[in-house]
Amino acid sequence: MNIASILARKGPKVFTIRPEQSIRAAIASLAEHDIGALVVVDEAGKPIGIISERDIVREAAGNERVFSKAVSEIMTSHVIVGTPQDDLVSVGSTMTEKRIRHLPVVDKGRLIGIVTLGDVVKAQRDQYRGEVDTLQIQIMEEQT
Amino acid sequence: MAQPGTDALPLRVAIIGAGPTGYYAADHLFKRQGLVVAIDMFDRLPTPYGLVRAGVAPDHQKIKSVTTTFDKIAANPNFRFYGCVDFGKDVTLADLRDHYHQILYATGAQTDRRMGIPGEDLRGSHPATEFVAWYNGHPDYRDYQYDLQHEQAAVVGIGNVAIDVARILCRSIDELRTTDIADYALDALRHSRIKEVYLLGRRGPAQAAFTNPEIKEVGEMADADIIVRPEEVQLDDLSRAAVEKSQDRATLKKVEILQGYALRKPTGKSRRLISRYLVSPVELIGNDAGQVMAMRLVKNILIAAPTGALQAKATDQFEELPVGLVFRSVGYRGVPLPGVPFHEKWGVILNEKGRVLDPDSHQPVIGEYTAGWIKRGPSGVIGTNKPDAAETVTCMVEDLARGAILHPSHPEPSAADALIRQRQPNCFSWEDWMRLDKLEVAMGQAVERPRVKFTRVADMLAALNR
Repeated sequence: MNIASILARKGPKVFTIRPEQSIRAAIASLAEHDIGALVVVDEAGKPIGIISERDIVREAAGNERVFSKAVSEIMTSHVIVGTPQDDLVSVGSTMTEKRIRHLPVVDKGRLIGIVTLGDVVKAQRDQYRGEVDTLQIQIMEEQT
Repeated sequence: MAQPGTDALPLRVAIIGAGPTGYYAADHLFKRQGLVVAIDMFDRLPTPYGLVRAGVAPDHQKIKSVTTTFDKIAANPNFRFYGCVDFGKDVTLADLRDHYHQILYATGAQTDRRMGIPGEDLRGSHPATEFVAWYNGHPDYRDYQYDLQHEQAAVVGIGNVAIDVARILCRSIDELRTTDIADYALDALRHSRIKEVYLLGRRGPAQAAFTNPEIKEVGEMADADIIVRPEEVQLDDLSRAAVEKSQDRATLKKVEILQGYALRKPTGKSRRLISRYLVSPVELIGNDAGQVMAMRLVKNILIAAPTGALQAKATDQFEELPVGLVFRSVGYRGVPLPGVPFHEKWGVILNEKGRVLDPDSHQPVIGEYTAGWIKRGPSGVIGTNKPDAAETVTCMVEDLARGAILHPSHPEPSAADALIRQRQPNCFSWEDWMRLDKLEVAMGQAVERPRVKFTRVADMLAALNR
């Protein structure tokens, strides 16, 4: 299974923000869409960073004026991106090890979706459940 | 007015496609506490079970036994089957909106992805799915012709479908004769002159998509040796690091099996299954008559993507393989349904968790849902569609609770039944299928096979005296 199989049932929505926008705007967008991170994109729509609720909380802990800061000042700019054909075993282990909760997905440089650690866990859980179910049916069939 | 989903007005659901996903969805709906649901399941074929009948290999009867689970679901008095009814032709989306509160598309991934290389359309080059449907007796493919007079064939891809095709080509007639393979296919394979079947993987052994039982099985064929090149199944540094880190037992075992094959000496069996790794076809080469004669392969190396996934990268080393028959099995995609939003890139119905989305607004289309391969693309085993269907059914029940359903003018089951029978007088009911099933099994018993399949709709009608 690969990233494409997650994106196929997630819908085409991916929420983005520009680097010069404020943290206030980022928080508003996170709350409105009930999500944990926004992909930061340049004029061409190319991902140049990611900003998560955790980035904002970490900044807010020591900075009362966090709201007026620009997204570019807080975002993580070394963003790891995936491609649709990346397999979920590799993706899951990399996200776990590097503590990445949101993985923007690009295809030929274009942002086409975002995958969360929860999405990966769910896809793998469903795969294992399916395998167990299929095996159980076969074993029961052998016993009858 | 009665509330849909109650005894007074059962929730009317149309399921398009009688494959595993359709049954799992029906089961989830029937099992919902406090929900009264009446389901009509449609299939364009007279027979149910989708790929379990027409896809799962005939020498894998144990896997086909999952149909007993589906039969239990179909025995629910609120379940009806309408076989031989084509969505978009015999019944339209407008018809369904007029008779059902909810419509669920579970039509699977019916077509192959193309390789996108020169020569792909030469004579002798085929999609693996069509060959699979052919040997399984699918009525739409039963008249296809495959020239099995060539001595070399190649299967591009190393998923379970690819390995099924390679195995069927390598099986002896004695091994096949005890299966429910279509009669005409058994006859064609009896006269096959194929000696060598190449199974071509673009990545290495650790990334092979086939499962361990399948690769183990091809090492135990009656009259075909498995050949693996030692240098192609030695793990490269990236794969070794990934395997050592994950300690994934299935992958370790897979590599161990393949390295074991590499040590085997050919025992002189009639056929050879040659399993190759780190190669990709770049061109099919034909003769003047437009028939495939050879395949040009490029050698690949593996590179790591930022996510750690290992991907194939072509080198500048090429080789030529003489082959007269090519089957591509490099992925599957769904076929768009008339009037249903489709995502071309993924080859699936445009959806979010199974709710069909409007292509412009990206808002859910009321009353329309999808599940299975046409929802998420082809992945997993048969059972993977069970949790997938559960996700969709959860959306359906949520939408019912907040009243976001269709309001058909004719929700009574008799109205739908009358319309369908008028549009397709030859439609098959579940009782028709049960009779057909008994006949197939009886014909099989006479010749010590699990069943002998009817492969023409006309023959199925005649068998039921219709």
